[in-house]
Amino acid sequence: MAADSITLVEHLFRRQAGQMVARLTRALGSRHLAVAEDAVQDALIAALQQWPYRGVPDQPEAWLYQVAKNRALDRLRHVKMAAGKVSAIGQGAPAFNPPAASTLLRDELPPVDDDQLGLLFLSCHPAVAADARVALALKLVGGFGVGEIARAFLAQESAIAQRLVRAKRSLRAGGADFGMPSPADLAPRLDSVLESLYLMFNEGYAATTGDTLVRDDVAGEAIRLVSLVAAHPATASPAASALLALMLLQASRFPARSGGDGLLFLLRDQDRSKWDRAAVAAGLRALDRAAAGDRVTAYHLEAGIAACHAVAPSWASTDWPRIVALYDDLLALTGSPVVALNRAIAISRVDGPLAGLAVIESIKYREALDGYPLLPAAQAELWRESGDLAQAAACYREALTLARSAPEQRWLSARLAHLV
Amino acid sequence: MPRFIMLLHDSGTFPPDLSPDQIQAIIERYVAWKQKVQANGRAVDGHKLADGTGRVLRGAVGHPKVIDGPYAEAREVIGGLFIVEAAHFEEVVELSRDCPHLDFGTIEIREVEPT
Repeated sequence: MAADSITLVEHLFRRQAGQMVARLTRALGSRHLAVAEDAVQDALIAALQQWPYRGVPDQPEAWLYQVAKNRALDRLRHVKMAAGKVSAIGQGAPAFNPPAASTLLRDELPPVDDDQLGLLFLSCHPAVAADARVALALKLVGGFGVGEIARAFLAQESAIAQRLVRAKRSLRAGGADFGMPSPADLAPRLDSVLESLYLMFNEGYAATTGDTLVRDDVAGEAIRLVSLVAAHPATASPAASALLALMLLQASRFPARSGGDGLLFLLRDQDRSKWDRAAVAAGLRALDRAAAGDRVTAYHLEAGIAACHAVAPSWASTDWPRIVALYDDLLALTGSPVVALNRAIAISRVDGPLAGLAVIESIKYREALDGYPLLPAAQAELWRESGDLAQAAACYREALTLARSAPEQRWLSARLAHLV
Repeated sequence: MPRFIMLLHDSGTFPPDLSPDQIQAIIERYVAWKQKVQANGRAVDGHKLADGTGRVLRGAVGHPKVIDGPYAEAREVIGGLFIVEAAHFEEVVELSRDCPHLDFGTIEIREVEPT
């Protein structure tokens, strides 16, 4: 009786599921995405039925892929038979060209990264509704379960499941192809991929509430995927590097997060010794690479702001004039009221709290921030600094009525208590 | 050392929507349990029984009745078994108390008569 010495790498199944779906979909064609997904689930269940007894095989990845491959071929034979029967009874079955089984059996396979990127481009295909791309990428490429995606999105499981079904139907209807887009399509398709990864990261990063564990995983998956995009010769670009830099610099602060991130003022209260210096260094290197192009994207500007914070030894010694300048450009580019609010806070570091309050009053489309707790929270901080504690208290109380999560409430309550 | 067989009964099915992460977590619980038992100096060997019903033969030698079974209609079947070496029966019962299989089915322990 041999000892069970082999244990599994963390998230091996999740990672492996994404790679196997990618590899099988490339071999079978995107029409058979469902076959690939089902075959992979079959393989994971087979492991669940066998490994508890036999122990983990010497090469778990190879074991899983072998089973998934066989199940895919089995399932295709069934599809083929079903298609044959339909045409036999004269219902005009769609033309069916089964992929050569040999493409599945070849030993020399292209690098895994190519498959993953191919599946990522498929998930972010224009045929898929924009709000479904992130969920689809997490499911297919990331190997996340429907329940995990729902927890990260704070959505009902049934809603996510429906969104995924619709997305896959759109892919089939749109005849979307697996793989890299043609050179002519690459630029817009790459923009769509980067935008989806940005949303994926924010889904994890903006941990206003919910399951922080799965949210960190989602943010980590976004970093992994944008790293692939930024490193691959076909997709490497200044925008991809800028997005990678942005994510790494933001993620460097994860260990110091106390929840309810999103308000610039929270940075003031973070223990900077907990920031992940390795992530900062990697982020700054990526930002260097991002400077190669002549197009400045929102990712460049946001990464630039994040870099200012990352290299500042303290809140007070931060290069605020530079941050204001970056926010000016970012506001001009995006017109976002949230960006305008953070710009106002940055201005208050340079010109004082009353200047900041005046800028907040003049934010264009300020009504878009109605109900946003971080607006009165920012005003409260600025009133406090200006010495008007009554106004500050009123604003903290307003923010408390709007707070979206327990950490946000705790932070605001503590600030209010500190005031009186 | 006395040998025992742990027969692991279960329904043979899992929730259809287990995520890869959840599947791995379940496997890891079994691996951890076996490692813990082995770390205590008790060897464990496992065997998975193939899925699907078996056959039961009953009747006269030469022409028995052969039916699917034995538990085709039962809620739980034996999915697999562990063979454990331990000092005595009670020790195996103790070892089994935190066996993750209890979350999925039942455990039946039998001692193998020494030869």
